[in-house]
Amino acid sequence: MKIVVCVKQTPDSEAKLTAQNGQPSWGDAPLVINPFDEYAVEGALQQKEAVDASVTALCIGPEAARDALKHALAMGADEAILVSDPALEELDSAGAARILAAAIQKIGDADLVFFGRQTIDNGTGLVPAQVARVLGWPLLSLVGAMTVEGAEIKVERTIEEGKQIARAKLPAVLSIMQSVGEPRYPSFMGIRKAGKATIPVWTLADLGIAAPAQAVWRAELLNPPAHDSHCEIIKADSPEAIAEALVEKILAEKVL
Amino acid sequence: MDFSLSPEQLMAQKMVRDFSQKEIAPIIKDYDRKQEPIPFMLKRMGELGILGICFPVRYGGQGMDYLSLGLACEELEALDTALRVAMSVHTGLCGMTLLQWGTAEQKRRLLTPLASGAKIGCGAFTEPGMGSDVAAMQTSARREGDVYLLNGEKMWISLAGVADYALVTARTDALAQKPSQALSTFLVDLNSPGVTRGNLHGKLGVRAGSTGWIAFQDVQVPLENRLGHEGEGFKITMSAFDHGRYTVASGATGLIRASLVASVAYAHERQAFGKAIGEYQLIQQKIAQMAQDYEVARLLYWQVGWMKNQGQRPTLQTSYAKKFATEASFEAANQAIQIYGAYGFSDEYDPERYLRNSRGAIIYEGSSEIQTLIQAGYALGEREDKPLRCELPAYDETFWQEN
Ligand SMILES: Cc1cc2nc3c(=O)[nH]c(=O)nc-3n(C[C@H](O)[C@H](O)[C@H](O)COP(=O)(O)OP(=O)(O)OC[C@H]3O[C@@H](n4cnc5c(N)ncnc54)[C@H](O)[C@@H]3O)c2cc1C
Ligand SMILES: Cc1cc2nc3c(=O)[nH]c(=O)nc-3n(C[C@H](O)[C@H](O)[C@H](O)COP(=O)(O)OP(=O)(O)OC[C@H]3O[C@@H](n4cnc5c(N)ncnc54)[C@H](O)[C@@H]3O)c2cc1C
Repeated sequence: MKIVVCVKQTPDSEAKLTAQNGQPSWGDAPLVINPFDEYAVEGALQQKEAVDASVTALCIGPEAARDALKHALAMGADEAILVSDPALEELDSAGAARILAAAIQKIGDADLVFFGRQTIDNGTGLVPAQVARVLGWPLLSLVGAMTVEGAEIKVERTIEEGKQIARAKLPAVLSIMQSVGEPRYPSFMGIRKAGKATIPVWTLADLGIAAPAQAVWRAELLNPPAHDSHCEIIKADSPEAIAEALVEKILAEKVL
Repeated sequence: MDFSLSPEQLMAQKMVRDFSQKEIAPIIKDYDRKQEPIPFMLKRMGELGILGICFPVRYGGQGMDYLSLGLACEELEALDTALRVAMSVHTGLCGMTLLQWGTAEQKRRLLTPLASGAKIGCGAFTEPGMGSDVAAMQTSARREGDVYLLNGEKMWISLAGVADYALVTARTDALAQKPSQALSTFLVDLNSPGVTRGNLHGKLGVRAGSTGWIAFQDVQVPLENRLGHEGEGFKITMSAFDHGRYTVASGATGLIRASLVASVAYAHERQAFGKAIGEYQLIQQKIAQMAQDYEVARLLYWQVGWMKNQGQRPTLQTSYAKKFATEASFEAANQAIQIYGAYGFSDEYDPERYLRNSRGAIIYEGSSEIQTLIQAGYALGEREDKPLRCELPAYDETFWQEN
């Protein structure tokens, strides 16, 4: 059985997003594997142990995104592939999904594709559904526990009212929730393997597709308006005088 | 000169940091306050491979290099000294000394369970009547056929209450010409008949760690558990200190960092006379000193880690690193308390724990006075490193990682 787990590199969860000239800036926050994707890797590794699967981590990103893949390798993934191409700098989520789907097809024979529930930077949560759509495979979203039963997978979905049990035929796409369990720490053996691993880089030419046309543009990012409030304490000799001063202020501010 | 860490070292560092943050940070204050060892600490550090980080895979270790050991110690003590003390005695004093002086058979039989974390080791040198003056120890080991009979008492031994094995140095030759030739070192199974032990209470610091005493009464130690030759105990003990001090130095570096990070956060937050206190130069001066000390301490222990990896003996460099980092960690914690004002005086905040924890390291594994003597000895040309019969092997990635 073959599992592909899609991981993105994002700023770490303590980073603060600010708008700089309408563009997002994360300051000098360290880049890490998207925290939600660690759960996806954890879920994939649980299946690897349960049904003897191989796990391939897949990422679209710049060269530096290798570190996110190395983290997945150190946790126990068997292989990693980076899709990187200068033409992919401005991707919308549908574009990202097309690229991921093409890479999954090039990897070949995947039975399951795991995603995080969303990224912590852009965070649309759309990519898993869009990949399922491109591949034409069923999507099971917000999955906690799962068991592979023959050619099907049975999952527990976390929904507002409680839990839902769902099944789907393989191959299938899953997005994974935190209830799958705390992501394991990388083992030192995994770390050594990851340190030495050569991670192939696939370009658009390797995937045999053109850069997807962009349908959504991120036009501008605005910080929330700064709150400009101040507190004034009205002092006077008597409660009546304070009340009078207060009424005058309220009228002057046109609150009433 | 290459000061960059490898991807493996960076990942190892992050893993140890994540472990301390996730599993120890939420509970450390409770255990420190209760003065109780964290019950799952050694088990988890064993399972995660931290206790065996730098030993060859063939001996149950994780195959990382010696610098990674220092990096792990820095991360652990940035959280709490009790975590690092476990590394100092289990990995440093006990395991590394076995790696250096053990025969291949001893490494397979004795190092493997320690490196894998299945068994816990400690190092027992200090006695009620002596600490610094190693050659004056009184615990005796008398050979009778294929065993030694061990008698005496060791005191102030970290992990004494929980360890399975202790590396023990004892007097084997009452009549030796030079006191340093009178000693031999053994790996003693602490579950042997005749061993009694207990914990010490009322410590100033490292309250979430265990420190105790071990008494030996006619304890039989098999010949095959003697490390090195008879009479090599002094040299072996000095090797053990080289390793232990390296972990103390790198750990204390983490403690400086912890005081620095806490101080910076508080200096931004706390207002006095209408501004954040971090805007006052007198506070900035304290923070700059901590930042500088952190950098110096880190460079000093990295140098030791590098020398160990190369197969060079860093006794002098370890002494510099140990004395500098431990003293600077005490001063950093002291100044962090000052920056926190009254809150620094409360155990609701970390700096008072950092201060209490930092103090011991200026005494143990060779006090600052002993380090000064060592440094003066080298500087004055009275001391030089003569080759040892067994040197710590240089880090060899292939050998370390092969099964
Ligand atoms: C004009 C424009 C410019 C942009 N510029 C940038 C930019 O410079 N840098 C940037 O990072 N983003 C940029 N984005 C955002 C980018 O489009 C999204 O990050 C991407 O489409 C994925 O969407 P998401 O982050 O909302 O993923 P979600 O749908 O929230 O992600 C769900 C899951 O999909 C998987 N996944 C998502 N992205 C990847 C990936 N890249 N590789 C592997 N798996 C993945 C993960 O498993 C993740 O948990 C830009 C967007 C626009 C519109
Ligand atoms: C928390 C803690 C954990 C410990 N863990 C261990 C352990 O795991 N294993 C172990 O074996 N020991 C351990 N020790 C003991 C420690 O190593 C000794 O305390 C240390 O070696 C000093 O010995 P001492 O206390 O007997 O002091 P002494 O040797 O009696 O020294 C007393 C004072 O005199 C100074 N002094 C001694 N000789 C000279 C000299 N020649 N010139 C100038 N000044 C001198 C010393 O620096 C010190 O200030 C631990 C101690 C503590 C506090």
